[in-house]
Amino acid sequence: MSLDKTDVEKIAYLARLAIDDNDIPEYAQDLNNIFDLVEQLNDADTSTISPMAHPFDAKQRLRADTVTETNQREKFQAIAPKTEDGVYLVPQVIE
Amino acid sequence: MHTKSLSELSAALHSGEISSVELTQHYLDRIKTHNDDINAFITICEESALEQARAADTQLQNKTAGKLTGIPLAHKDIFCTEGVRTSCASKMLDNFISPYNATVVDKLNAAGMVTLGKTNMDEFAMGSSNETSFYGPVKNPWDTDRVPGGSSGGSAAAMAARLAPIATGTDTGGSIRQPASLCNLTGLKPTYGRISRYGMIAFASSLDQAGPMAHSAEDAALLLNVMAGFDERDSTSVERDVPDYTDTLNNSLEGLRIGLPKEFFSEGLDPQIAETVNAAIKTYESLGATVKEITLPNSKLAVPTYYVVAPAECSSNLSRMDGVRFGHRCEEPTDLNDLYERSRGEGFGEEVKRRIMIGTYALSAGYYDAYYLKAQKCRRLISEDFKQAFEEVDVIMGPTAPTTAFKLGDKKDDPVAMYLADIYTISTNLAGLPGMSIPAGFVEGLPVGLQLIGNYFDEARLLNVAHRYQQVTDWHQQTPESFK
Repeated sequence: MSLDKTDVEKIAYLARLAIDDNDIPEYAQDLNNIFDLVEQLNDADTSTISPMAHPFDAKQRLRADTVTETNQREKFQAIAPKTEDGVYLVPQVIE
Repeated sequence: MHTKSLSELSAALHSGEISSVELTQHYLDRIKTHNDDINAFITICEESALEQARAADTQLQNKTAGKLTGIPLAHKDIFCTEGVRTSCASKMLDNFISPYNATVVDKLNAAGMVTLGKTNMDEFAMGSSNETSFYGPVKNPWDTDRVPGGSSGGSAAAMAARLAPIATGTDTGGSIRQPASLCNLTGLKPTYGRISRYGMIAFASSLDQAGPMAHSAEDAALLLNVMAGFDERDSTSVERDVPDYTDTLNNSLEGLRIGLPKEFFSEGLDPQIAETVNAAIKTYESLGATVKEITLPNSKLAVPTYYVVAPAECSSNLSRMDGVRFGHRCEEPTDLNDLYERSRGEGFGEEVKRRIMIGTYALSAGYYDAYYLKAQKCRRLISEDFKQAFEEVDVIMGPTAPTTAFKLGDKKDDPVAMYLADIYTISTNLAGLPGMSIPAGFVEGLPVGLQLIGNYFDEARLLNVAHRYQQVTDWHQQTPESFK
């Protein structure tokens, strides 16, 4: 595995993580070491194996489509970094 | 008072020998005296603990108290506690006062237990040494130059130092069992779905499971009785009755079939640990169990499979931390992307960022089949190995961790070496099986854990097997010299 600086920058962008330029070589090295470990999986023959997403292959439980929660907007927004008139504030998105 | 079992504490509370306020104050005093040495607690809930204790005393006087009423406990800081900071040991959530309780917290509150505080952990439960915490590393009470294990390292250290009579933990790849092994505790990770994950901050949702960290199997059974059960607020919670786990603790082990996976006793295992584990197995033979070698041929796939599945799920789960609705937000964001990137870049520590990046890459367009799908298939292979083994044996035993507690800093800069600390515990999470670690002896003054792995929903048998061993040994009753 050989992820380079550009790969790490792309992954960090996809993950929406600001990382310091000086730290990129170390991240690249660490990620390469980890993917070297992961590549041991290629030795396993899984051609006839179905993927396992859940220990009991359970299906998502469904419930009736009725309102079960009460509105707690004020309580939840009390811990938000920035709100106004009941909405969350972010930098302007649309010109 | 701080070396008594939960049953002894319960009897003392019910007889009026001690009040819950006195007991709670005793533990709060111990936390004040010792916490600076080991950094086990992030938040101490003195005021609310004493308030809960007073309410418990009223119930005890009214004769409306239950078995656990008035007994203090410590929660890993991954469980949401209403009105109390729930940080997950991250700068990201340093300012997060949870607006609601985790189901586990609600249940233990309803049982009348008293929350002493929130314990330190690896950031977002990602780590095996408790060195990734934003609040600094936790130290092992058996040797404060060493790690307590992780990620439930704060709960483990608090228990070992007798700063709480019982604690909660969570286990995604070994985070209850490995610190239990390194700190001389009885830790149980139940079957996936046995305990509600609601309000337990998600790391890898298909693997995460809560459990008790205790001084004995009996104490663990008492806590599991309350923690376990169906919860409609967790979509993977299992609808299945909860037995009274204390009922079967004393069952005979005559004819118990123990399997020893040869892969757990091969290279990489410290020979002195192998010796300790083998001695414990001899004890089981003397209790009537039979032992046979088994094989889990795909064991070598467990760590690489885990390091695809867990990071992939964490990269998705942690996307909710975006600086908009709660948690850390950067100063003066120039645009929305800058808000996301800097809030997350500043809020998350190194290991969390590493894992988010691994997961993001493994799930990105063009790589999904090669990594995530491949890992899901390997997960099935690992699970099938166990299925076959449990046709021949009742319980699987082996070491919990390949070494005793290592020195702080030893593996901090080598993620791959750190990941191998969970080599024997990870496969249980991938298969969704219950696993336990119990004290089995000491090597050079440091605790060694014996791991017990059971079939699905066989927690009662694991606790029975652990309890019978604890009736004929006293490893689990040892306390480190400085914390007696």
